[in-house]
Amino acid sequence: MTDAVDVEAVFRAEYGRAVAVLVRFLGDIDLAEEAVQDAFTTAVRRWPETGVPPSPAGWIITTARNRAIDRLRRESSRDDRHAEAARLHAPDPPAQEGPVHDDRLRLIFTCCHPALALQAQVALTLRLLGGLTTAQIARAFLVPEPTMAQRLVRAKAKIRDARIPYRVPRDADLPDRLKGVLAVVYLIFNQGYEGEAGLCTEALRLGRLLAELMPDEPEAAGLLALMLLVESRRPARADADGALVPLPEQDRTRWDRDLIAEGQALVRSCLRRDRPGPYQIQAAVQAVHSDAPTAEATDWNQILRLYDQLMAVSPSPVVALNRAVAVAEVEGPEPALELLDGLDLDGYHVLHAVRADLLRRLSRTAEAVRAYEAALALAENPAERAHLDRRLRELAQ
Amino acid sequence: MQHYLLSVVQPVGGQPPAPDELAEIMHRVQAFNDELREAGVWVFSGGLHGPETATVLRPKDGDVLITDGPYAEGKEYLGGLCLIRSADLDEALEWGRKAALATTLPIEVRPFMGTH
Repeated sequence: MTDAVDVEAVFRAEYGRAVAVLVRFLGDIDLAEEAVQDAFTTAVRRWPETGVPPSPAGWIITTARNRAIDRLRRESSRDDRHAEAARLHAPDPPAQEGPVHDDRLRLIFTCCHPALALQAQVALTLRLLGGLTTAQIARAFLVPEPTMAQRLVRAKAKIRDARIPYRVPRDADLPDRLKGVLAVVYLIFNQGYEGEAGLCTEALRLGRLLAELMPDEPEAAGLLALMLLVESRRPARADADGALVPLPEQDRTRWDRDLIAEGQALVRSCLRRDRPGPYQIQAAVQAVHSDAPTAEATDWNQILRLYDQLMAVSPSPVVALNRAVAVAEVEGPEPALELLDGLDLDGYHVLHAVRADLLRRLSRTAEAVRAYEAALALAENPAERAHLDRRLRELAQ
Repeated sequence: MQHYLLSVVQPVGGQPPAPDELAEIMHRVQAFNDELREAGVWVFSGGLHGPETATVLRPKDGDVLITDGPYAEGKEYLGGLCLIRSADLDEALEWGRKAALATTLPIEVRPFMGTH
């Protein structure tokens, strides 16, 4: 029997939607979560006997709703939840404040409200939309579980007490608020890239959801494309020992062609719309890499032009560093090295790794060794450390 | 409706603005208050004298001890406050944004308990 697996699959796919619908219905996040978890517990017990219902999501939502109503009726006799119980009999039609009306989208904007700390935004999004447990989120962000639990409790209390609204922002506020939402999803993805691979899957799910729910926002499509194209290289990114394999040395036959096709199609649709933003441009850079059958065939001129555009749209030292890498390919390592000197990124291991690589190509070995050592002193990710360590040993030979 | 307190965060020992600038700020604050009244969300607003004018009353053994000065020394103090009614935090934050631009000072927004 695969029923147990089926419940798990329904949970992954539908948890966020069910919580979002219940939050709208109940106006209370904790109650919504409890009701949905109750419903899944019932499903685990019942579905093996009755079979999976024709609409599992509908079944979960209806069951959760009935559970919540039962609970509120029971409790309304002994505390002051009369008002809430009364609301259930005459639920208001959902307010239509935003341009889009999906419950999950409302919930994402609530979770990623700028009045909440960034860590809390990430944790709430993973918890309420992704259905991750507090323990899973704590593990992914390397904090003790009680710390993460406290963060979630505090964030939910602020949503309730300060009345952070459960809605999609008005058209006028949408671009600003969307930036925050996309940043949270990208942060989740990057956290997964560094370690917990499950977080990348989760970020891709959220990215697909945003792109689907906001078809008029090219940056949502841009972020999804960027994540798909980066994720497509996962199978080639580590060698048998777990060491990081840099892009030029990766076995391109191991890249995931389906993810590349999906990402590139999104990049093309963004180009047609011609409203470029930072995520779309970064996705375009990744698309150029994906296009090249070999590292030597990479169109670095085009990548450099894209980084020029990115510097114009959203300049930052990290963008400047990436641009310098492209400059090295187009004009050689020497001019690229000069570009690194002005960057305020001394605490960032990638700066030192890039510098080391350029020095190595210029045969300035002693300086390259020092730069690799500086990068190693700052890098925390084991795969990256293994890669830097190997480079250092190669130089020493 | 929910009540929110907009607190003006005043730095201790900050240089008071030049007379011209101060007049400009007072003018903007007045306009902000008028806007709150017109929108029907204004409950109360006012500026406070400095923390050196404060007196603290502390309960002690059934009696009350009177001491000079503020309850806590900090880098900032409450310079003024404004009480508004609004439907949710987003509305309150929008008023807070206007208050910050009018006063040129940070504004803390906090909901009152049980004023739905």
